[in-house]
Amino acid sequence: MEFNKMDNEFNIFDILIGKESDEDYKKKPVIIQGMTGSYGSTHTRLMKAYGTNIVAGVTPGKEGQSFEGIPVYNNIAKAVEVSGAKISAVFVPAPFFLEAATDALDNGIKLLVAIPEHVPIKDSMKVLEYAERQGARMIGPNTPGVIVPEIMKVGIMPAQPFRAGNTVVFSRSGTLMYEVSYNLTRAGYGQKLCLGVGGDPINGTNLIEAFDMIRNRQDVESIIVVGEIGGDSEEQLAAYLIKTNFSKPVVAYIAGRSAPKEKRMGHAGAIIYGNYGSAESKLAKFAKADVPVAKRPSEISKLLAVKLKK
Amino acid sequence: MKLLEYQGKELFKQYDIRIPRSHLVSDIEQAKQAARKLSYPCILKSQLSVGGRGKAGAILKCKTESELVPKFNELMNKEVKGELPTHILIEEIVDIRGELYLSLFLNRSKRCYSLIASAEGGVEIENVENKVIIDVLIDRLSAETAEEVAHKLKLRAKTKVSFTDFTMKLSKLVREKEVELAEINPVGVLNDDSLIALDSKVIIDDNAIFRHPELKKYEHISELEAQAEKSGFSLVELDGNIAIIGNGAGLVMSTLDMVSYAGGKAGSFLDFGGSATTETIYEALKVISNIKRINAILVNLFGGIVKTNLVAQAILNAYNNNLICVPVFARISGAESEKAKEILKGTQAKLYDTVEEAIDAMVKEVSR
Repeated sequence: MEFNKMDNEFNIFDILIGKESDEDYKKKPVIIQGMTGSYGSTHTRLMKAYGTNIVAGVTPGKEGQSFEGIPVYNNIAKAVEVSGAKISAVFVPAPFFLEAATDALDNGIKLLVAIPEHVPIKDSMKVLEYAERQGARMIGPNTPGVIVPEIMKVGIMPAQPFRAGNTVVFSRSGTLMYEVSYNLTRAGYGQKLCLGVGGDPINGTNLIEAFDMIRNRQDVESIIVVGEIGGDSEEQLAAYLIKTNFSKPVVAYIAGRSAPKEKRMGHAGAIIYGNYGSAESKLAKFAKADVPVAKRPSEISKLLAVKLKK
Repeated sequence: MKLLEYQGKELFKQYDIRIPRSHLVSDIEQAKQAARKLSYPCILKSQLSVGGRGKAGAILKCKTESELVPKFNELMNKEVKGELPTHILIEEIVDIRGELYLSLFLNRSKRCYSLIASAEGGVEIENVENKVIIDVLIDRLSAETAEEVAHKLKLRAKTKVSFTDFTMKLSKLVREKEVELAEINPVGVLNDDSLIALDSKVIIDDNAIFRHPELKKYEHISELEAQAEKSGFSLVELDGNIAIIGNGAGLVMSTLDMVSYAGGKAGSFLDFGGSATTETIYEALKVISNIKRINAILVNLFGGIVKTNLVAQAILNAYNNNLICVPVFARISGAESEKAKEILKGTQAKLYDTVEEAIDAMVKEVSR
């Protein structure tokens, strides 16, 4: 397989599953920060069952213990030293996120999957800036994580909706990512990658960056963008699709078309101020980029079928 | 958290940003006293969180005490976009020779702050042609940058100095209080070239409030929202009669849209988050049961992570305990859905495989 590698391209597949020539191809090691908490432990078990190679957990004061046969360390330095992992999923509560994430980046983590909701914007911005300096990437916060169906998942998504295939799903919402992927699966469109960019105002990996991760891959057939009201990341992506002359089918969905202005609709990032963040603004930009926008989640696979036929 | 004008101005004062003399009042006696202290004419400003108060007639000038009583009553009873005030801010009229615009806000796609300034204050910034927009790192905004903006605004020398100082103070506030947006429109230019904040719009990052106990007093959430928050739910009250419950903000938003397409009117939005257990669903129904106008409940759960029989049990318990007496329309396709149907037999709850079917059935029944 050939990639036209861009300078700023972050190859998510290389980080997650590696190349076929790698000894640990499809089995890249993953650390879980906050593994022994109820949330962390539940999902560690589910990730492991899905095939994710979880090699270590981090919980201060619990070194020496193990969970599901996975050793626990007091700090991430030790966990990295022992395992060589470059991926970490952070399950700590929001007030401790900044410290956990900074520790991870200090110790060679290159992909940080930030699960917690309610992380202050200031902390997300600090982590993001630090990640850039360290040549690392953050997904989230407030994300379900990332899944390469039938190979591995780093996050809290259920396994059932996803099947391997050639569509890529990017979503600002967790449950809608499951719903839409399930719908695609049932319609016969498996997924190459599903990534939650997160429901916060600040995303470690925004829609454009997520798109950049896969736009030159020949094994990706189409892209589904699950957006929602708030901010202008969909508008930016639509403009970028035009700018990059992207020719593969892209289908979008926007949640919150009927949401009132100036009300935060569950996600910290889902709020309209004036026209900024409105569904109309997003629909208009997608129309310009020739991206059909489904009115309801169940319509996405139908729109995709039409696009693929063209 | 969006602050009311007077709350934002209280913060301005703490940061040495000049504001007009004013008094916050809630009854006519307080209003009379306040106006006498400030002397007439003065301005009455309804303390509402919605924008466009000026256009809506929620800001009135008052020349004499005989005008005060009717104008005060008018404002206290004036609903703007569904909101009634509890307080009026009575403010002195400041003698100014010009108006500017200044704001600092979180630029989400650029992931930094943007500073917007204009020499044309007092109008909506979207409609202003001549404005300066620069991106700044909020923890590193330098006086040189602020000076550069002042220069671009073509302010006169003394005003430039004031503007730089004023901007630096505002940026300190934004940084320290973890503000998403701080807008002063208009900034008044006084005759001595110093600046004064004539209005305030301040939005604080909700997720950072735990670090700012001093801002807790500004939270104005309803009892119901507080109850929902305690259970870890997100609740938004709307004005229709259908309660929408689901797991995940995006899913509930999409349900809201589909209800609206079908001609239904949502009365509440409740996202109970990731884990659907009998307890959480019951708790969610409990919150909803406090909203009187609700006459139908729509439950939309994404299957796969939810055992539907647990959800059904919660609904049954809610009926049995007389917590709810309105019909429930639920889309809970997932594991054990046959069992769920069995549990809810003979109740007012109906289960559907798709959310569209549930919505259609509900809208038909509610509008009957």
